[in-house]
Amino acid sequence: MTTTEAVHEDAPSDPDSGGVGGSFAFAAVKPLAGLVVPVCAVAAALAVGSVMLLALGTNPLRGYAALIDGAFGGWDALADTSIKAMPLLLVGVGICIAFRAGVINIGGEGQIIAGAILSTSLALTIPDTPRIILVPLVLIAGAVGGGIWGTIPGALKAYAGVSEILATIMMNIIAAQFLSFLLQDLLIEEGAIKIQQTERVDANSHLPLLPGGTRLHLGVLIAILVAVLGYLLLFRTSLGMRLRSVGHNPHASKYAGMAVNRSIVQAMAFSGACAGVAGAILVFGSESHRLIGEGGASAFTQSAGFNGIVAALFGALHPLWTIPASFFFGGMLTGGIQLQQELQVPAALIVALNGVVVIFVVGSLKLRTRVNRWVERHEGAPVQPHKDVVDGGVMSGVE
Amino acid sequence: MWSDFFTVSVFVATLASGIRLATPFLLAALGEAVGQRSGVLNLGVEGVMLIGAFAAYFTKLKTESTVLAVLVALGVGAVMGLIYAFVTVIMQAAQGISGIGIYLFGLGFTDLLFQKQVGTPQPIPKLAKVEIPLLSDIPWIGEIFFQHNLLVYLAFLLVPVAWFMINKTTFGLNIRAVGETPEAADTLGVSVNLTRTFTIVIGNTMAGLAGAALALEVGIFQQNLTAGQGFIAIALVYFGAWRPVGVMSGALLFGIVSATVLTLKTLGIVEGAASSLLAMAPAILTIVVLVVVSRRIAAPAALTRPFDRAAS
Repeated sequence: MTTTEAVHEDAPSDPDSGGVGGSFAFAAVKPLAGLVVPVCAVAAALAVGSVMLLALGTNPLRGYAALIDGAFGGWDALADTSIKAMPLLLVGVGICIAFRAGVINIGGEGQIIAGAILSTSLALTIPDTPRIILVPLVLIAGAVGGGIWGTIPGALKAYAGVSEILATIMMNIIAAQFLSFLLQDLLIEEGAIKIQQTERVDANSHLPLLPGGTRLHLGVLIAILVAVLGYLLLFRTSLGMRLRSVGHNPHASKYAGMAVNRSIVQAMAFSGACAGVAGAILVFGSESHRLIGEGGASAFTQSAGFNGIVAALFGALHPLWTIPASFFFGGMLTGGIQLQQELQVPAALIVALNGVVVIFVVGSLKLRTRVNRWVERHEGAPVQPHKDVVDGGVMSGVE
Repeated sequence: MWSDFFTVSVFVATLASGIRLATPFLLAALGEAVGQRSGVLNLGVEGVMLIGAFAAYFTKLKTESTVLAVLVALGVGAVMGLIYAFVTVIMQAAQGISGIGIYLFGLGFTDLLFQKQVGTPQPIPKLAKVEIPLLSDIPWIGEIFFQHNLLVYLAFLLVPVAWFMINKTTFGLNIRAVGETPEAADTLGVSVNLTRTFTIVIGNTMAGLAGAALALEVGIFQQNLTAGQGFIAIALVYFGAWRPVGVMSGALLFGIVSATVLTLKTLGIVEGAASSLLAMAPAILTIVVLVVVSRRIAAPAALTRPFDRAAS
């Protein structure tokens, strides 16, 4: 394990300023300096998007107008945005927990699928259960499925020293192929033409729609609830304190008597469970109310396993800040559909833009510490010999 | 059914196709190994492979020139390398996450370009086989080793080249020094940032080439053509303990496993659902291998650690 030795022994003891999570916590620095850099990063990413739109022969202003209109223009658009934001938020909250514990969970895709498979199987097995029982049950099944899929790479990291980045990526591939297997064999809809999908799940398991006449369903509220619970877990319980401590400095945590390995497994279990709930909601909150594998696994997950990382990073790895961040990126996804319909710009642009946003946001972190130091210096505060958290953090790597 | 599988001709054909399928893995993993020896993890390999694959495919489609296709793929790989070097070396961003950014960019960008510029899938002519005189006539051996396209030979020739570069040149010594203790290397006047920039550009150029090898081998482009191969290539670097020959063994193992799965499918021994199950094999194999090697072989000590002279 070399991750840990990179963490500076003399890292600042101020809980707000350091650590893996801290390095991403824009909220924790001077408000102004904390905001300027990420906003600039997004502006730069949008500028790159403009160049791409121009190259495709589309007026960037019209492009972004279509994007914003599709995302936030009217109640139906807002409802769709919220529905798209749901998996991003759930995966993002899981990412906050894992990253703050120093574990890089790239396995959201697989964890979503595992949650969807387990919850769908359960609902198909016990269809005639009262709704008040079945709905919570399928959500729990989703959490369990995703949790198991997260625990495996967590345990491999903790007890066999396997890089969790590589293990979670492999778990994604395994889950996607397993889903494809199930939907061609055990779970395929009976009698239907060979489409990779399950039977429609029982009406008693459907997530209720929220009042208001839109497509908004209970899943969106559950995602927000999970974000609040994630916040409470990380910042208001001793378990969360332990997870953050392990992520901040594993050596010191171990010295202080904390079970570092167990914390890694727990962080991955929670992280996977959040993604697994998203998987369940994607099935039981969808309009088709079934698990559909047609078009590949990423068509089902909407690549939320990756985009959720973007949302969490943008939300400074804070579960509550991840809520607005997810709605922003959910808006990009719904807006992307409008962009495609109105201006024939493929929605893949949004995936590419998300990548650019990630690069700019992570790339600007160092800049943020510099701005921060500058602010400190000019306020006459004693300049801390600030060892930089980013260089050594577990954030920066595998192993 | 199974008796079809256990024949010499099927065996030979499977091994030959294993070597072909190993080529993109090998090219990408060799480049990644060089980067990791200098302490830089590049998780964006998959994205750069996609970009290289599309560049090669599109150039070939428009100009029908294979040479140009490969050159363009190398070029875009190098450009991606410069971008990644800027982000991780100059801006000192976390390497793991930056790589995911590059991956998402490559995934979306190539899909976007493909839909806008090509639209419907159009095949391109595959790379021609070059039979090595005399050697290709040897029974079995000839078919397995000496009847491939030029990129296959190139990939395997690059193995000793990479070994020589890493172990026998001053540049290689610098790479290793920078990957183990950048502070010490810096004290001795080795430019950590410049060395890493070079290895990143080499690695990404190789990833671009790997993409080209894939696209020109299958003769088609589609969304997410690489389907995780770039990520497996990164795992192969761990598998091969950061040594070119080890990386080659891993690539061959994966190539042959994939080829066997394909052969079983072609012969109708497994079909439909079962082939999805078999497609899990390389990923499971990777995890098993990682479990075995992770505690035994030490990674370059400075892997994933950005170098900040001011902080050291």
